[in-house]
Amino acid sequence: MAKMTLNLVVWRQADANAAGRMVEYVVRDASPDMSFLEMLDVLNEDLIKRGEEPIAFDSDCREGICGSCGVVIDGVPHGPEPGTTVCQLHLRHFRDGETVAVEPWRAASFPVQKDLVVDRSALDRIMAAGGYVSFNAGGAPDGNAVPISKSKADAAFDVAACIGCGACVAACKNASAALFTAAKISHLALLPQGAAEREQRVLRMVAQHDKEGFGACSNEGECQAVCPKEISIAAIARMHREVMHATVCSR
Amino acid sequence: MQGLGDGYFVIPYTLGHYLAADKLEPVTTDHEAFAEAEDVAVGRLRKLLAVKGEKTVMQLHQELGKVMWDNVGMARDEASLTAALERIPKIRDEFWQNIRVPGTAAGVNKSLESAGRLADYLELAELIARDALQRAESCGCHFRLESQTPDGEALRDDENYSHVAAWEVTAAGTFELHKEPLAFENVKLAQRSYK
Repeated sequence: MAKMTLNLVVWRQADANAAGRMVEYVVRDASPDMSFLEMLDVLNEDLIKRGEEPIAFDSDCREGICGSCGVVIDGVPHGPEPGTTVCQLHLRHFRDGETVAVEPWRAASFPVQKDLVVDRSALDRIMAAGGYVSFNAGGAPDGNAVPISKSKADAAFDVAACIGCGACVAACKNASAALFTAAKISHLALLPQGAAEREQRVLRMVAQHDKEGFGACSNEGECQAVCPKEISIAAIARMHREVMHATVCSR
Repeated sequence: MQGLGDGYFVIPYTLGHYLAADKLEPVTTDHEAFAEAEDVAVGRLRKLLAVKGEKTVMQLHQELGKVMWDNVGMARDEASLTAALERIPKIRDEFWQNIRVPGTAAGVNKSLESAGRLADYLELAELIARDALQRAESCGCHFRLESQTPDGEALRDDENYSHVAAWEVTAAGTFELHKEPLAFENVKLAQRSYK
């Protein structure tokens, strides 16, 4: 297949306290079959050989399941392809000679550490506030010993697909982590294992979400549009119902 | 496959319960073992950054990967493993003499992270090749071409290799073998067949 050229404009920032700026790079002889991150790898090899600092970005599995990667491409978290992390986004979705802007997630709760790397530990702290089952569950139960309806299992699985990448925050004009938090709350709220701590879980996780400085949800649906796992904002509605249940109905 | 290839580990129930149920006293970094480990780690980072050579981490990683792919795959034999053991120390020497790691040790440095991992891989690669060469039988995913049944199945040699091989690294590139024998009291060893 023909090689292609991309004109990149990339956010460079030396560290958390330094001022950042957009820097232009030309990537020549890129293969359309490369992923976006492989293209950055190639560019970085060139930069290192030229004695410059490579562009820092996060990645790990490169198969769309770990949640490590994520950059904003032309204003869209994870780029133009729906339901795709940036590691699974291939250059065939770009035009030869196209100019592409690459930026880190932008949110006050995700401070930039370097270039395209942001600190997403705020999401970890939301999980630590209640995104687990803390009682002693013992060994793995026998199959079908805990009955769960197919529809509930499917719904729980749909939200459990969240990889915690933070694209929902990056897409939101309020920098809200509502979709992430709602996905984690819904996952356990739908399953019997999560029932014992249902009320305290939602209240603690929502409180931590707010404490981290994430904004409120105003139902724009931008998060759902960029979520690489295509998690529906119906999860956010469920989170609101869980808050209602915990504060009003269960008392 | 996730368990084998992706480093995707799930903490067993017992360990989670142990950590949750045990009262873990807070620890400080005052212990002399911490200072020692920190000195080693900082020294290693400084050493990596100071080389300022010509080859990138990715270049040497790919060279090592090619050696492993060509010579230390599931099917390996004495010739391929011997060839790998000639090449790997050379790549390791080049790594420590000609690596180029940009940036500093302060803050995020992805190249430095990768360089540290590659330094580990270079040791691990040699260990895998050495162990595979020592074990002249076929066993599980270790298929020595010299040791197969007439219809191409893995042929074990229980008389000589019924042991776990524990390798002690005494200095960089020096490996000492400790054999931990395996005793089978209840289950008799047999040729495995999927047919």
